[in-house]
Amino acid sequence: MDLRVEGLSHAYDGMAVLDGIDLDIATGRILCLVGPSGCGKSTLLRIIGGLERPVSGQVMQLGTPPEGCLNPLTYVFQDFALLPWRSVAGNVRLGLEAHGLPEARMAEIVSDVLARTNLSDFAEALPKQLSGGMKQRVAIARALAVNPAVMLLDEPLSALDAQTRELLMEDLVSLWTRAPFTAVYVTHNLAEAVRLGHSIAVLSRRPGRIREIVHIDKPLADRIHMDAELESTQEHLWNLMREEARAADAELLNA
Amino acid sequence: MPETHAQPVPFRGGGFRPVAIRGAGLAVFASLLILTEWGTRSGWISALTLPRPSDVVKTFGELWSTGMLFKHLVPSLTRLVVGASIGVTLGVSTGILIGLFSYVRSGLVPLVAALFPIPKIALLPLFVIWFGIDEGSKYALIAFGTFTPTVVATYGAVDNVDRTLIRMGQSFGMGWFAIVRKIVLPGAMPGILSGLRISLAIGIILLVAAEMLGAEYGIGAYILEAGALYDLERLFAGVVILSALGILVSTVIGAIEKRLLNWRT
Repeated sequence: MDLRVEGLSHAYDGMAVLDGIDLDIATGRILCLVGPSGCGKSTLLRIIGGLERPVSGQVMQLGTPPEGCLNPLTYVFQDFALLPWRSVAGNVRLGLEAHGLPEARMAEIVSDVLARTNLSDFAEALPKQLSGGMKQRVAIARALAVNPAVMLLDEPLSALDAQTRELLMEDLVSLWTRAPFTAVYVTHNLAEAVRLGHSIAVLSRRPGRIREIVHIDKPLADRIHMDAELESTQEHLWNLMREEARAADAELLNA
Repeated sequence: MPETHAQPVPFRGGGFRPVAIRGAGLAVFASLLILTEWGTRSGWISALTLPRPSDVVKTFGELWSTGMLFKHLVPSLTRLVVGASIGVTLGVSTGILIGLFSYVRSGLVPLVAALFPIPKIALLPLFVIWFGIDEGSKYALIAFGTFTPTVVATYGAVDNVDRTLIRMGQSFGMGWFAIVRKIVLPGAMPGILSGLRISLAIGIILLVAAEMLGAEYGIGAYILEAGALYDLERLFAGVVILSALGILVSTVIGAIEKRLLNWRT
């Protein structure tokens, strides 16, 4: 199932945040959205997943979700959004409960997905016992459990420290390599974008418009930390964004 | 380099972190009791100022041995349980509706604000007319008294439920009821339970008021009767029972919190 964003514009209280966005989200590929802070990339992601209604334009679903897909558009949030009163397994189950699956089937999916994300030993732990990286692994497991057609990741690694971020990037790459998934990955971190993105859409400052879409052909598994080719792509992306980032930084909030 | 004078950096941290000290509360109670006992025995506290603690204990012992204690306690507890259950159930439901629906919120918040400061005791005659002089008016008074603080605590707690958790629920395709049951209610539980402490304490206060009219038995009736006769020993015996009830309620809620809220950091 592909997604297509068509002529999408959005505004909050008359202030334009997104302007004429056209995007194609292709099956089995990761599209990164980067841009200076306040460019509306998170808003765009919420609109793509149907959590917010755009002022104009639309997001089209091309084709039907694959067999066995419980929740076609599934988010991974920056602040994890785990229910603190549920165990790891309970949190992963949450997304399954809305679909009337038999108990045994749910247990099977939960244990399978926890094994894939190396969380089996933590099944009964509460979120308060987990580090930030583990929490985000649980959120990723919860998203994988409903077998999404498109994963929508909203700055999933931004709340983590640099080392944990590196580890989780490796996890995401190996998850994708074993079973390619479709994803829209919002980040302000260019290093993440060049490591995980098959294509990278650069948004301009408010109102967000697409400035350029950069494609990286190198397979995800071959992209290593400090790769020279990726460094030059990252440099190119930074050059596109530098002035805008500076201007965004100098902007008064809520002015 | 010249030899310089060395001294340790002075410590400026610490404090501002009270911890529970075992037995301190008990010691305060005990020393107050010992002080009054000694004062009343040695005569610098007159028998009309304060009853002697040992006499209160004696009165309490009589209550126990004659079986009057339970004759008073059972109807009072029934009134408290029934009245508070009605008030808390309605309060939590109303609070959740106020927390979730704009129209309910706009319509009811001013009403609740208007009802909250009314001394419920003043409405007892009205309740007697509406619900009868028997148990009905007593249940209504306690229910009404516990309702308003529960509503206020509940909708505040619902407001404080992390909205990203609700968005998360929606993003997984959860229905409205599932979101309320699995996210809003557990998320609001800490606030609801701490509201419950206040509501139930108010319930105990109103117990005495509820038994002002048409009650033969009950802790409140017992206290009021003793008060009317200036029988301080019996008055205090009744008051002690109410205090014990308050401690009991607070302990039970503490235990519930421990069980239900073990996920809190």
